[in-house]
Amino acid sequence: MNTEDTIMEFIHRRSFIELDARGRAQSLLDEGSFKELAGPFARMQSPWLPMQGVAPQSDDGCVVLKGKVDGKPAVVISLEGKFQGGSIGEVSGAKICAALDLATRDSVQGTTTPAILLLETGGVRLQEANLGLAAVAEVIASVLSLRPHAPVITIIAGTVGCFGGMSLVAGLSSYVLMTREARLGLNGPEVIEQESGVDEFDSKDRALIWAIDGGEQRVGMGLADALVQDSVEEFATAVRKLLAKGIPAVHRSELVERYRARIAALDVSTQIDPAGLRAQWKQADVEGGVR
Amino acid sequence: MKHQIGVRGREWFRALTGSGTPQSGDPASVLASKASLGSGEALFLCVVPNPESRFPCVRDGQVGLEEAYALASHIRALIAEDEGKPQEEKRPIIAIIDVKSQAYGRREETVGIFLAAATAADAYATARMKGHPVVSLIVGHAFSGGFLTHGYQANRLVAFDDKEVVIHAMHEEAAARITRRSVADLLRLGHEIPPMSYDVHDYAKLGLLYELLHIESPEEPVESDIAKVSQSLVSAIADCANGERDLSNRWKNPQANVMRKAGNAVRERMEQEWLGA
Repeated sequence: MNTEDTIMEFIHRRSFIELDARGRAQSLLDEGSFKELAGPFARMQSPWLPMQGVAPQSDDGCVVLKGKVDGKPAVVISLEGKFQGGSIGEVSGAKICAALDLATRDSVQGTTTPAILLLETGGVRLQEANLGLAAVAEVIASVLSLRPHAPVITIIAGTVGCFGGMSLVAGLSSYVLMTREARLGLNGPEVIEQESGVDEFDSKDRALIWAIDGGEQRVGMGLADALVQDSVEEFATAVRKLLAKGIPAVHRSELVERYRARIAALDVSTQIDPAGLRAQWKQADVEGGVR
Repeated sequence: MKHQIGVRGREWFRALTGSGTPQSGDPASVLASKASLGSGEALFLCVVPNPESRFPCVRDGQVGLEEAYALASHIRALIAEDEGKPQEEKRPIIAIIDVKSQAYGRREETVGIFLAAATAADAYATARMKGHPVVSLIVGHAFSGGFLTHGYQANRLVAFDDKEVVIHAMHEEAAARITRRSVADLLRLGHEIPPMSYDVHDYAKLGLLYELLHIESPEEPVESDIAKVSQSLVSAIADCANGERDLSNRWKNPQANVMRKAGNAVRERMEQEWLGA
């Protein structure tokens, strides 16, 4: 492909990141196949935010669509990073859990229903603190209930990234898809800087942030499964490919001894070079067999 | 007196198991021991501070990479040993909790602490789903990602009724900064809004606890307290045996029906709409 073609393709590409939570979810399902559950007109919003003078949103920043992918059932759960940083509160948490639990029930009864999670989130919503943390624990439990019966695919596409407790959900997923722009980690750079100091992590160092949390690095290290271009078509294709693969023989979060041994072998007397670690783990995956 | 993270955890681990030294191959921050409880045997797990840790950001009792994988490894080993046994023979797991938080460190993020935390949560939840009764005993602090990694997947949560017991998503100072409030405002709000509170009595109102246990001497376990705690753990284990293997008991109870009304309404509506979709 020559440069001109590449530029034209870039211009005509339909961006996935630029869509809102609902648009992203819709783009993954067969046209006309889906229905939104507990949608904005149900007005199921956070009871805790108005008590603190914060405007709630009528879908609590979480969109759940039940529909079909290539004619087969699937549920898509999509977080809106523009509302309270995609944070998990009582209502959004209950939506995610209910959707996963219903998919599990259908899957166990013979109608395999995979879940696709679009995670744009900083984690627990601090205005709902303990109910948010409890909800994240419950989401973790629900992902683990569904995972043996149908694949759970996490997509991290946008620049909000996936942090806090919800990063565990990514870690538990059957597959994780990321863009180059996306980030995945337990603690965001600002939080580390606040808790452990600027010497530990300079949150203004953009290059460092992406070198550690960025999609290319996470995929390169084997901690996520594929890097996807920011395009509606590319995501639709990538999701279909993973659904065709089905449930993996082993989940990454079951490889206890593999990762334990790798950590035991690390020299941590100074900070770890992300690129070096990536090369090392990639080689180990090649030798040890990718899961 | 300011609560010193991990001291209680270590004391209660010792009181309940008779041991206080890490197993070979484990970091000094992880205590694991099989000890008798009631008429049977249970696996006790605890994370304690290790000032000598080669990972600087876990030295004050945070849960880091080595801690998460060591916990997961012990739990997976127990699951394997009891595989194929009938449910009544699956040994319980008791997580003793007094943790500051997850590790806030660059080394940890570089390696992927999100996966380490997920791996430990996976092991706890898998044990629960396979029929091992999993009970968490909160003797001190249970914070944020540290709690998600170590203990929040339990069938039943037991906490000491004590002002030094704090269960929360984030420490006061950091939560105040992020929500742009003063610590005083944050604490005041906590009294009006139970999920934000740092008081274990408010936490108990959420319906998440199996029991709030009054203890005479939470710092230095005495015989009568140890007996009381053991009894509570035995009763929590018995309660697991005749119940579900998921976490639904946390939202299906009279307190949750009040405090988690909105969440329960969501679950009900989702179920109705799911059938028609």
